[in-house]
Amino acid sequence: MERIIFYILAGIIIAFAIASVSSRKMLRSVIYLLFVLCSIAGVYFLIDYNFLAAIQLTIYAGGIIVLIIFSVLLVHHIEMRLEIAKPSKQIVTGLICLLGLGVFLFTLYSHDFQVIENTATTKVADIGTKLLSYEEGGFILPFEVISVLLLAAMIGAIVIAKGNKLSENNKTA
Amino acid sequence: MIAGITIYELLTVTSILFFVGVYGFITRKNLISILISVELILNASVINFVVINKYMYPDMLQGVLFSIFIIAVAAAETALAVSIIFNLYRQISSVEVKDIETMKY
Repeated sequence: MERIIFYILAGIIIAFAIASVSSRKMLRSVIYLLFVLCSIAGVYFLIDYNFLAAIQLTIYAGGIIVLIIFSVLLVHHIEMRLEIAKPSKQIVTGLICLLGLGVFLFTLYSHDFQVIENTATTKVADIGTKLLSYEEGGFILPFEVISVLLLAAMIGAIVIAKGNKLSENNKTA
Repeated sequence: MIAGITIYELLTVTSILFFVGVYGFITRKNLISILISVELILNASVINFVVINKYMYPDMLQGVLFSIFIIAVAAAETALAVSIIFNLYRQISSVEVKDIETMKY
């Protein structure tokens, strides 16, 4: 049963990823990306990381997709067809990507992974404790750094998106 | 672990996803499309972290925590990229890569 669900999800991920990078309509390509992200959340549910799946759905499917849709709607005419690379360039790039994929898969299948059979589930409490622990193996420092990074990104996004207006106000003040 | 699915199948899916993202990154001519391709690449790496954590080190959490950090960095990156795209559109009324010539206005 889980096997069938995984194959369906994998098919959706790959098919919509390809559709997303080859669609000529901007908004459709964003919606295909949304399908890809939701299927990835489904994969997280399958391997029992419910918290990560929730993060994936809220941040990616909820936040990032909405941001990108906003930028598409504000910047583009919806019906405008995208300019696309020359067919020769597309074919060359596709071949290079297939070559790279071949190298990846060859390396993967020739490596012997030490898989441990398990059915352990991760509790959210464990993640929280690990994230805030300052003992050995704790993640308190990256956690604080990432919060500063988010603050900096927030301020930077406001300053950049406001652009000229803000600097004019500064000059008059 | 997913019953009946080996780590190889999961890693194959993420490799394909990664290279689809690389393909889009190279062939697309539009800033927003490039942003979408970058999201695909980042997602492929996040799944890799999670899968290797689950299949090879089930009693540790490093993979999950790193994927949380990657998602946070991706969110920050998207917000900044979108604001840069807005600003650029205001300056030159276009988001095509070939129209962008200046880094500073």
